[in-house]
Amino acid sequence: MSTKKNIYFCTKFRIVNRQVIMQFTRALFFLAVLVLIQPVFLTASGHAEHASDSTESTQVANQEPAQEGMSMKQEIKAHIQHHLQDGHDFHLYTDTETNTHVGFPLLVILLDDGIQVFSSSRFHHGESVAESNGNFYALHHGKVYKTDAAGTFEMHDGHVHNEKPLDFSITKNVFSIMAFALILILLFTGAARSYKKSLVPSGSARFLEPLIIFVRDEIAIPNIGEKHYKRFMSYLLTVFFFIWLVNLFGLTPLGINVTNSISVTFALAVMTFVITQFSGKKEYWKHIFWMPGVPVPMKILLAPIELLGVFIKPFALLIRLYANITAGHIVLMSLIGLMFIFHSWIGSTLSFGLSVFISFIELLVAALQAYIFTMLTALYFGSAVAEHEDH
Amino acid sequence: MEKLIEQFSVGLFFWQTILFLVLVFILKKYAWKPILDSVSEREDTIRESLESAEKAKKDLTELQSKNESLIIEAKIERDALLKEAREIKDKIVSDAKGEAKEEADKIVQAAHAAIEAQKAGAIAEMKSEMASLSISIAEKIIRKELSSDEQQKSLANELVADLKLN
Repeated sequence: MSTKKNIYFCTKFRIVNRQVIMQFTRALFFLAVLVLIQPVFLTASGHAEHASDSTESTQVANQEPAQEGMSMKQEIKAHIQHHLQDGHDFHLYTDTETNTHVGFPLLVILLDDGIQVFSSSRFHHGESVAESNGNFYALHHGKVYKTDAAGTFEMHDGHVHNEKPLDFSITKNVFSIMAFALILILLFTGAARSYKKSLVPSGSARFLEPLIIFVRDEIAIPNIGEKHYKRFMSYLLTVFFFIWLVNLFGLTPLGINVTNSISVTFALAVMTFVITQFSGKKEYWKHIFWMPGVPVPMKILLAPIELLGVFIKPFALLIRLYANITAGHIVLMSLIGLMFIFHSWIGSTLSFGLSVFISFIELLVAALQAYIFTMLTALYFGSAVAEHEDH
Repeated sequence: MEKLIEQFSVGLFFWQTILFLVLVFILKKYAWKPILDSVSEREDTIRESLESAEKAKKDLTELQSKNESLIIEAKIERDALLKEAREIKDKIVSDAKGEAKEEADKIVQAAHAAIEAQKAGAIAEMKSEMASLSISIAEKIIRKELSSDEQQKSLANELVADLKLN
């Protein structure tokens, strides 16, 4: 009887596996289509972006020389800069003809004279000065500065020297993070619910379970060890799926770039750092301050190096994720920009093909960076909880 | 480096930290724990059922070998029983034979004794008959030859004694 049940289990799993692969292929195909559309989409908004940028510079930054008739190269550079930046409103694209912005305003929260809360629509996409409780604020390169009623910027060597209030606004990135958190919660609680009916996964759990098991069996257990890994699973799984999802959405034409904000990767690295130090056992600290198995002078020499390493490790973690995603976006956007610079069907087609190719690589990088971040985090946790190391 | 620091936004760092921690705790409670628990529970179930299948298989082979030995034992017992039965039968037959022989012997002996007794009786009767017959014969003979009684009597006694010797 039990043997029969086993056979049933096995065949069922084989079927499930096949279905998982099919679902995965379907998901990949969907993403590929999204990526393929992206260059087309961005070219549409690319032209539009330029107009709004130039109007901004003329109307708000009135001390900057007006840059009428920006060259194509400058225009592309500005567009890439704009794409990589965080924003105070969720901006999708701008129609140049009618000078209308498509998107929606977000909440601006400033710590200046108490708390100033107002809608980012008051900035009119950086075109006007916002007034809140008698204070005036204006945007310059996506940052909020305190100004006078006319919105004057004190410029020295190309830097704005106006006072910068502490900005806790719900920016585009914060809004995106909230949306991603909601997506992750819905996705995984939905998957968790399917286990209540039976132990055999169904629905989205079929696709998500192999990934969860991958994180457990390939990342957590080999690096942390069978004994301690359970404590860190929640953090590792959340980090993995958060980074992956955010990276993937960064590749869509929505223009969301969360993991290429240094603040986000910094926050993630700080959390890894804090968890590592707080779960550090006697052995861990001993390996930092009094390395066993080496002569005393070496112990003294190694202590500062090891201590420095404690901080360098999470620093490398935050720079790696930030730099990889930012570089990917710059390369991709530049290739898309090349299409307009070439102005010939051979060159443009070539750079179109190249941008599609890079998009696929970026798909891989999206998953790879999530994997590497999670993997190294697990490795640091593992070193913190290791009880005895082999030399 | 300067550009990196310039890009750093305290607000975004703050929100990312808060939101991420909230995300970790919500997912831990409502997703990771139930999913991981179910997965490990299922893995345990699979392992257990595999083990129990293995055990059942082993039990079955054990049972089979046990059955075989039981059959062999039963065969041996049956043979022993058959042998014993044969022995008992032989014994009964031989016993019956012996008894019958004894009885027959007894009957024959009794018959012998009876014949012996009858023979002795017949001989005695015949002796006395012969004696009286010989006396009568002798009387008739002697009557003619012997005149006196005394001569006759001594002659008769002599004859009787001779007869006894026979």
